[in-house]
Amino acid sequence: MHMNKKEYIEYAGNRAKKSNSVVNCIKAFIFGGFICCLGQGFRDLYVFLGEEELVASTLSSVTLIFLAGLFTGIGWFDKIAKHAGAGTLVPITGFSNAVTAPAIDAKSEGFITGVASQMFVIAGPVIVYGTVASIIYGIIYFFIYRSGGI
Amino acid sequence: MKLNDYLYSFLVGGALCVIAQIFIDKTKVTAARILVTYVVLGVVLTALGLYQPLIDFAKSGATVPLTGFGYLLAKGVEKAVKEDGFFGVLYGGLKATAAGISASFSFALIWSILFKSKEK
Repeated sequence: MHMNKKEYIEYAGNRAKKSNSVVNCIKAFIFGGFICCLGQGFRDLYVFLGEEELVASTLSSVTLIFLAGLFTGIGWFDKIAKHAGAGTLVPITGFSNAVTAPAIDAKSEGFITGVASQMFVIAGPVIVYGTVASIIYGIIYFFIYRSGGI
Repeated sequence: MKLNDYLYSFLVGGALCVIAQIFIDKTKVTAARILVTYVVLGVVLTALGLYQPLIDFAKSGATVPLTGFGYLLAKGVEKAVKEDGFFGVLYGGLKATAAGISASFSFALIWSILFKSKEK
């Protein structure tokens, strides 16, 4: 295969990009899978301690939110997320980090217009669109339910 | 405790992260968009009856990712409509997710008091 220098750089660049993407996916899979297993571990622990399944599931999420926030505060979250990518973003840990990290960064601007308002920078849109989606579904569900569809 | 719960949690949870990773690598989409998309997707999939089977199969593998947050929103509004009729539309979603949201803000405030921003 004959290539001039420019073609080669392009070719090598594409290969590197492709393999990086595969490595990223493997890392995301392992970290994301591990966090979900951790969640399952807390869930089983809370069931073992006598909570109902649904309560245990919620408490497990709250525990992950707690840990992800703590890790964000002591600076470990960014170090892990650099490798994990979507592996730490997609689980509830990503939401917790998105609330905590901008809040801590805004400390110098005070606790009202800094910390508290920055908590909503990413969490706000998530809650707004999630809530609106649930309301649209709720209206549809209401009419189906009332007409005896479900 | 069943070992299969952990296996399926790992596989399904991991797979949901890989889908997001592919989008991040291919399209440079921002983290905020991924989070919003996953939550709304969770609501839609639950409404279509497609997410409940995944919850039953993978347990935390389906509840811990943000699609699980959307699942809670949708299930919450269903429950509220059954109990309270149309009024339930307005509070069902947030009621079901209130614990997670309240915890996030309260903990974040505590961490903000305790920790300083790291120099980058």
